[in-house]
Amino acid sequence: MHDMRFTIPGQDLNREPFAVKIPDFQKKSEVMITDKGYKCRITNIVPLSDLERLFQLRIIDPLEREVFNFRPGQFLMLEIPGYGESPISISSSTSNHEFIELCIRKAGHVTSALFEARQGAFVSVRGPFGTAFPMAEMQGHNVLLIAGGLGIAPMRAPLFWINDHRDKYRDVFLLYGAKEPSQMLFTYQFEEWKKVSHVQMSTIVEKPDESWTGRSGMITALLDEFTFDPKDTYAIVCGPPVMFKFVCSHLDRLGIPMNRMFVSLERRMHCGMGKCCRCMVGSTFTCLDGPVFDYWSVMNLKEAI
Amino acid sequence: MIYKVISKREFKAFIDALVRNNSSFGPRKVDTGSNGEPIYQFMPVKSVDEINFDYTVTHSSAKHFFLPYRDELSHFNFSDGNWEQEIQYESPPIILIGLRPCDINAVNILDDVMLHGAYPSPYYLARRKNTFIIGMDHLPLPDCFCHSMNRHTVNHGFNLFCSDIGDSYYLSINSSKAFNFLKEFRIEEPSYEDNCSLIERRKNIKNSFETKIEVSGLPCFLDIEFDSPIWQKWGDKCLSCGSCAMVCPTCYCYSVEERFDVDLKGSTRQNHLYSCNLVDFAQVTGGHNFRPKNGDRLKYRYYHPYRGFAANDNQQICVGCNRCGRACLADINPKDVINDLRLERESCMICVSPSPDKT
Repeated sequence: MHDMRFTIPGQDLNREPFAVKIPDFQKKSEVMITDKGYKCRITNIVPLSDLERLFQLRIIDPLEREVFNFRPGQFLMLEIPGYGESPISISSSTSNHEFIELCIRKAGHVTSALFEARQGAFVSVRGPFGTAFPMAEMQGHNVLLIAGGLGIAPMRAPLFWINDHRDKYRDVFLLYGAKEPSQMLFTYQFEEWKKVSHVQMSTIVEKPDESWTGRSGMITALLDEFTFDPKDTYAIVCGPPVMFKFVCSHLDRLGIPMNRMFVSLERRMHCGMGKCCRCMVGSTFTCLDGPVFDYWSVMNLKEAI
Repeated sequence: MIYKVISKREFKAFIDALVRNNSSFGPRKVDTGSNGEPIYQFMPVKSVDEINFDYTVTHSSAKHFFLPYRDELSHFNFSDGNWEQEIQYESPPIILIGLRPCDINAVNILDDVMLHGAYPSPYYLARRKNTFIIGMDHLPLPDCFCHSMNRHTVNHGFNLFCSDIGDSYYLSINSSKAFNFLKEFRIEEPSYEDNCSLIERRKNIKNSFETKIEVSGLPCFLDIEFDSPIWQKWGDKCLSCGSCAMVCPTCYCYSVEERFDVDLKGSTRQNHLYSCNLVDFAQVTGGHNFRPKNGDRLKYRYYHPYRGFAANDNQQICVGCNRCGRACLADINPKDVINDLRLERESCMICVSPSPDKT
């Protein structure tokens, strides 16, 4: 009979080149973006309100710090070893390579664990993932930023960007609404935005208390304070999902083209890489094709908002 | 691809040589179902006698060799206020014997998902590269609808494919490794008769499909039927157990979770396979659920294979093995749902449209 001795050494079973480019496991940069996180130290924690804090992270490795480039509107996966990962939108300046700032609300398992962390603790971030606000496309136009509640967190990156390139944009408006005056975030930056960035800004709350002197009502009420040409305006809308519908339809009535309104959708991503399908809306991945969508795409996506 | 013919006796000797020295998995009868039919699964085999070559179809699919139920993504070692992340991609080489064409097609689809996307998965790649696949064709079960999905034949993605032509197997050799193994055995060039019987076999398989689903234009059709009451009707039956996704050869949705080691000196990040039918699939932090109803989730379960994937990758992800239909506790199967969906609108069109010619 035959010699039936076949030994197949490990890794040598199928020698043929497979139908795909194999990631180079030795090359750090290729593997890093998928599974290996950048190790960060929490350098500062700024309490913003009862539930929200601003975490300032610094990537420890200088090379990794240099590699971590993001665009306004992108998100990262924040991982606390042992507790889990959570998608968080980046709310720091894109030109700031030294620190990453994340505005986080204490809401779930991971963020609760993060709120226990002290300054100097180590966390890990993966990313950045997703699409960004088309800041280059907006150049030479008016920009209308509408933020509701925690929606101010992803709005800070475009604000910083506009501040860096202020001469390229025309009038910039920031409308910011919150449920209660105590939930208004980044109040210490309002003057800076108004005076340094030359942003025309207005705020509104839904439920005013006795200390509140400003306006109260829905955020769309603020639109009549400003005059701008809707045909020449880009809008960015961030906030809770319920806000998108009435704000965007209001802007649509004003005459802002649908493909010039951008919203940042929210889903619970588990991988950030278009694999786990947890964030899928119809045939679209929020993590790959989003989180920034123009309103036209959102209208075409079923069950998006 | 090289084509050869091997006698069944010689083929058994070949498989025996292969399985005796390698970690191999083949179809074995593990249980008997409530209807008296045997239940087959891919199980570890040590000799050729343990393999049921004439099995019908396995209960679970072969995807678990590439996407295990639980997969460790990375490990964190804690030390005094600090941690180190450790990632391993290694996977031991294995041999899979007796995969059906639809199973191999499913693996090819998973390749598209896992390797051709924006972020190729190294975990999947390591497993895929270290797997030696021997495929075998079979006569379809009454409820298979691979032919409707055009997945009843397979052209690539295997190392060796065997078609049963009576006394011998017609081999399609798709890798040099497989060819090297076969060198030790008596294989012959296919004769004219062999070629004829292969074509006869293929024809026989093609004509044996009893279940047919009309899938042409289905993506557009699903768009139109997004708000159809059909989804609620089937959703009311659905138990949201996720059995269908567990046995499906192409369902790959997963969930990532992290857990501490028992000794608290480390933690692991694992992914585990998930199902879009489970209640919290689309739930976000704060408790909002984007698909709170059974019908919504069932609809998504059909939209992902039949519509979403077609829009993204120009192919439908379903291979038509009907494992989900067999595993479903509530007796929901794709054939009934899709036919129901088509029928609904068509019957309604007959009602509303004036048809004077109709007698």
